[in-house]
This record gives sequence, C-alpha cells and structure tokens, in this order.
Amino acid sequence: MAEVALRGGAIPVSQQGERGRVLQRLHFRDAAFRHLTRAAALAVLIILGGIILSLVHGSWLALSTFGLGFVVSDAWNPVTEKFGALAPIYGTIVTSVIAMLIAVPVGLLIALFLTELCPPWLRRPIGIAIELLAGIPSIIYGIWGLFLFAPFLQETLQPFLINTLGNVPGIGGLFAGPPYGIGILTAGLILAVMVLPFVTSISRDVFEAVPPVLKEAAYGVGCTTWEVVRYVVLPYARVGVIGGVMLGLGRALGETMAVTFVIGNAHHIAGSILAPGTTISATIANEFTEAVGDLYTSSLIALGLLLFVITFIVLAAARYMLMRLNRRIGG
Amino acid sequence: MPAEPARAPRYAARRRRNAIAMVLAVAATAFGLGWLVLILGALLWEGLRGLTFQVFTEMTPPPGGAGGLLNPIIGSLILTGLGVLFGTPLGVLAGTYMAEYGRYDELTTVVRFINDILLSAPSIVVGLFIYEVMVYPMGHEDMLLLLPDQLREAASSIGMPRAVMITRIAYRAARAGMITGVLLAVARISGETAPLLFTALNNQFWSLDLNAPVASLPVVIFQFALSPYKEWQQLAWTGALIITLAVLLLSIVARTLASTRKDPQ
Repeated sequence: MAEVALRGGAIPVSQQGERGRVLQRLHFRDAAFRHLTRAAALAVLIILGGIILSLVHGSWLALSTFGLGFVVSDAWNPVTEKFGALAPIYGTIVTSVIAMLIAVPVGLLIALFLTELCPPWLRRPIGIAIELLAGIPSIIYGIWGLFLFAPFLQETLQPFLINTLGNVPGIGGLFAGPPYGIGILTAGLILAVMVLPFVTSISRDVFEAVPPVLKEAAYGVGCTTWEVVRYVVLPYARVGVIGGVMLGLGRALGETMAVTFVIGNAHHIAGSILAPGTTISATIANEFTEAVGDLYTSSLIALGLLLFVITFIVLAAARYMLMRLNRRIGG
Repeated sequence: MPAEPARAPRYAARRRRNAIAMVLAVAATAFGLGWLVLILGALLWEGLRGLTFQVFTEMTPPPGGAGGLLNPIIGSLILTGLGVLFGTPLGVLAGTYMAEYGRYDELTTVVRFINDILLSAPSIVVGLFIYEVMVYPMGHEDMLLLLPDQLREAASSIGMPRAVMITRIAYRAARAGMITGVLLAVARISGETAPLLFTALNNQFWSLDLNAPVASLPVVIFQFALSPYKEWQQLAWTGALIITLAVLLLSIVARTLASTRKDPQ
C-alpha cells in the first residue's frame, strides 16, 4: 500500500482519478476497520456489563426480601428459606487471609533467591517450575487436596496445632476442636500454593527491574545481601510487589473448585480455623444445581454479586494505595 | 575485615541475620518446588495406574462398570475449540481498538477496569464463553502495547493508512506474543471447571450435538472424584493426569515461543 503514497507525484494526469479512487478506498477501509475494532471493544463492554446487570437482576429477590440482613445474618436454611451470607463471607475472607499470610513472605523469599542467590543457569528452570504451579487446573488442586493433603494434615499438622497452639490462652480457640482434615485451614493452605506463583513471578520481575547501580552502591558500602534486599530492592519494588499481591488476593477470593473440595461446606461460623466452613464460590458451586425455589437461587446469585463487591473493594483499595505510593515517590 | 573489638559483635549479628535470611530464601524455594513435585508425583502415581488404551476409546461407565473418558475428552476439545473460535476474533479486534485507536479514550478505560474486576472475580458466576471474552482482549492489548511506537510512526510517515499499518505491521510484529496469549488462554480455559458445572451440564454419552449437554473432563473429574465408587475415582485421577499434562505442555510451548521472541532483541 505504501507504493501508492510513494508514487504520488510521478503519476500522469490520466491516472489522477484512479489514484483518488484508490485513496478513497483505503480511507474507507481504514474507517471500516476502525469501526470494526470499536464495535468489538463495545461488545466486550456490553457483555461484561451485562453480566453485572444480570447479577443485580438475579439477586434482586433475595436482597429485597432480606435487605441488609442478608449480609449480617449467618442463617442458611433452604427448608425455611432463611438465607444469610455472613458464613460464606467469613470463610472467603479467612481462607484468603491465611493464603496471603503464607504466600506473600514465601513468594518474596523465592523472588529473593531467584534474583540474588540462584546461579544464573538455574534461574529459568526454577522460575518456570514455580510458574507451572499456576498452570495446574484448580480442580487438580481440589482432588489432590481431598484425597491426599487433607488426610495428611488430619494425621500430622492438625493434631500438632491442637496440642500446642490450641492450649495457648487467647489464640487457643483458633486451633480448637477435632482434626477433621478438611476445613478452613486446609483450604487456606491450598490457596496459598495456588497464589504463590503469582506473587513470586511478579516480585521477581520487579526485583529484576531494580537498577543494578542502586544495588551495587549498597554492596559497595558493605551491606549484606539481606540488607540490600530489605533496604534497597524492596522499597524500590514495593509498588510492583503490591500489584502482585493484589492479583494473588483476587485469585484467592474467587477460587472455586479447589476450595469446594476441601472446605467442608458447613454453613456456620466456627471459632476454630480447623473446623469446616464454606466460601462464597464454594457455596455457589455446591448448591446452584440443586437449588429449588426462586428465593434460594436468588440468594446464591446475590452471593455472587457480593463476591464482585468484595473484589471491587479490594481492587479499588489497591489502586488507591498504588496511586498514593506513586505520588509520594513522584513528589 | 579488620575486626575492631567494638564493632565485631555488630558485624557478626549482621552476618548472622543475613545467613538466616538466605537460608530462609533457599528453604522457601525448596518449599515452592516441593509442592509442584508432590502434586505432579501424586498425579502420576494415581493416574498412571488407570491410564490404559481403554481410557481413550470408551465412554464414561455407569457406576461400578469399566469404561473410559472418550466423551469428556472430545467434549473438552469441542468446548475449548468453540471458545477459541468465538473468543479470538472478538479479543483480537477489541484488543486492537484498545491499544491502537482508543488508547486513551473512555471506552478503553472502562473496558479495562471492568475486565480487571471480572478477571479476578469468580469464573463460576460467569459462563465459559464470557470467561474467554475476558481472558482475550487484555492479552492482545498488552502485546500490541509492547510494540515500539517508532514502528507505527515509520509506517504512518510513508503514508500507510492506519488499518494497513495495524494489519500488516503491528499484527506481524506482535504475532509470537499473540499466539502465546492464545495458547495460555487455551491452557487456562481447558482446565476451568466451575462455569461448566452450570452451562454445559454433563452428558454420560457420546454427543456431538452442540445444543445438547456435553461432557467435559473437568466436570467429569469433579463428579467422579466425589463419588463413592472406586472405578470412578480412578478415572477421575486418570482424567486429572491427562488434563494436567495437556495444560502444562501447552504452557511450556507458549513460554518457549515467548522466549524465542525475546532473544533476538
């Protein structure tokens, strides 16, 4: 097409008309392509917006029946048609918090290892191996968690926790009760493994983006590797690290299948993290196909909407935090 | 190091702290790799036992009977194929708009923001097709945004219309990245279970009818794993092994493609 423009001046008068037509056709095609891509972007927007609207529409019955009580009640009784979302909300948040408490420090340490300690020829294989954890479908984590990991925890970690931390006054209640194997802690641990690659790979990328001059200067004045990472790399990379953490948190909040297998699906809020519980997405996965009655279905959809709201709040908070951090760095 | 008496303890403390941190870092890496080994090991151990030729040639069995996974495997292929078929053009075009034409306009900002929320939101509330729509545009937009603007300016400066510049220059330059994106999306959606629980339902028998319920590997794994029958649980493990190997293979291919793209630079 470029030759049309390049040939420009040398075209005899007899061809001027043709040239105009070619240019016009090109112009038309350009406009058509532009509108086509715009239509596609609009279609995506309409579909995405449609999901949210249909969620609001579907949950209307439940929300108007229970009002604010839906969010603060932990009742979940399909027989008497009393539904409250507190237990799933609690489970969702607690499992995600457990996951992040484990995944963030471990992920950062792995990123430290990969960028500062690891011999260069090992970096890529180890990095890929960790990222493969993110590629394993979530249902695999579920089946593995249910058949192998939960029984293992039931015999080892959970009795240990009950016998040691369970007797500590104050936090003992968190580790009380019989070791079921499945439960909130197990779900949190599996989520931690699923979230780990997100935190690790993003942290590694931002660690690598730290200008070598900064690190060399710190090493030059005699800092240890740990001090370089703690006082130079981390402060420089914190915006990116927060982004990775938020991505992981988003995944943890919405994760469905792995959690459904191991959470136990119990609609009550237990004080102990060893007890079975439920999360928003696990409740939907378990009960949607067997929900009878409009109110039941509507309540499940309302749960989905709540998960959107929670995710939205988390994302918005992350954006706000990043904005403030950027401003402070920029100012 | 000339050890001044007063400084020595402090220096030792710093070295000790450093050593602890380094040991922790190595331990964390071993911990992370350990999970991968444990999970893959368990999959191979449990799955290989049931991996026979039969698995690929027979339908899913009734409880207690013998059978294979032919219909869910085909079902998964069909569903993934359909997803790619619908998702790719829409995703490429929407991504093109967001990266090339409307990089700074409101439509792009809104789509990007809603996309962000939905991506981390539960795939369960959202159908598989919708999931496709979400996974795609972002990837293609990112790939196009990676291209240096000089490339576009050079094309425009010799009088190329924008549409030509995009299809002839930008798409070609971003091709490896876009293929990688598609492969990763395929890997991701073929393992998605949750949306299928409601949208595709399940079908124990052979079906090529697109309007009828269709079996798919993840849903069959879900149902068989939670069943009390030994044969079903074994099939669930085998199915899990098949799908994991397929997905991991795809993502390794995608990564290799991505890295060959980076090297020449």
